Amino acid sequence: MATEVREVTDPLVIGGVTLGSRLIHGTGKFSSNAVLADCLRAAAPAMITLAVRRLGLGGGASELDDIDLSGYTLLPNTAGATTVEQAVRLARLGRAAGLSDLVKVEVIGDEETLLPDPAGTLEATRALVEEGFTVLPYTSDDVVQAIRLCEAGAAAVMPAAAPIGTTLGVLNPTNIRLIIKKLPCPVIVDAGLGVPSDAARCMEWGAAGVLVNTAIARAQDPPLMAMAFADAVAAGRRAFLAGPAEISLKALASSPAEGLPGS
Amino acid sequence: MNASPGSSEALAAPDLTVNGDPMALDGTATIGALLARLGIRPERVVVEHNGTIYRRGEGLDTSLSAGDVIEIVHFVGGG
Repeated sequence: MATEVREVTDPLVIGGVTLGSRLIHGTGKFSSNAVLADCLRAAAPAMITLAVRRLGLGGGASELDDIDLSGYTLLPNTAGATTVEQAVRLARLGRAAGLSDLVKVEVIGDEETLLPDPAGTLEATRALVEEGFTVLPYTSDDVVQAIRLCEAGAAAVMPAAAPIGTTLGVLNPTNIRLIIKKLPCPVIVDAGLGVPSDAARCMEWGAAGVLVNTAIARAQDPPLMAMAFADAVAAGRRAFLAGPAEISLKALASSPAEGLPGS
Repeated sequence: MNASPGSSEALAAPDLTVNGDPMALDGTATIGALLARLGIRPERVVVEHNGTIYRRGEGLDTSLSAGDVIEIVHFVGGG
């Protein structure tokens, strides 16, 4: 008799927004809008990230014109900001464009590695929380910085697995796990994930979600990779909720020792 | 923020600075009229006028005058 598998529905709630998927999908670096649209259909994310830029005044369609954004929670970022002032301005522009208070705060501290500026990120987080934004700051894998961001009122904290766009995977698993363990707010692992198993591992550790962009956009078959990441995130989350078996250094037979047929 | 020295600032003060470039006012009375002149659908963009940000489709009746600085932005792909 088949036992009914307990189907888990545990949406991610961030700042009052309920997300049915824990895969947050980036929209940059796709070879075309058609490929991006296929990926979004394949991964079915609840939330997607966007950047805010000047409109080209030369005419023609704007970049995401033929992408239907209506089915997604939009998470504008402040990518390109290197100062608190720039981040705050981009956040305000993003809010005006997206009509929601969600913002992924990025204050880049080093143009070559694109690693975040810790002091600027903390200050921008405080300022935007004060303005009523639901703030999701992008941060390095520094544990104490992540704690400070959470204390500053971040709705979720987004530590980088590896530098943006590298697809190196989780470079410091211990730090990511410590961040997940120590923070009272949700942790969304962002940046540098390479393959679905990276995402699954983060989810198994208890991450609230992951953000994936380059690993999908630059895959050989982006929509198939998008689907693979969605599966991995769901699998990792189920594994976290299920609770892994204890690791034992002593071999324990899975089959009974008794009742072996005689020779 | 403004156009670099040698372009707009060397000329007579530009009527408008739009996304960093000088632009003649040419009787364009409002933000809405400017968007229409540029062939931009108001619901797709956010306009910042002298530092004031208007939500998509809002602020279209705001009057323009010489020296105004305007940023017209929209969402693009990003991570």
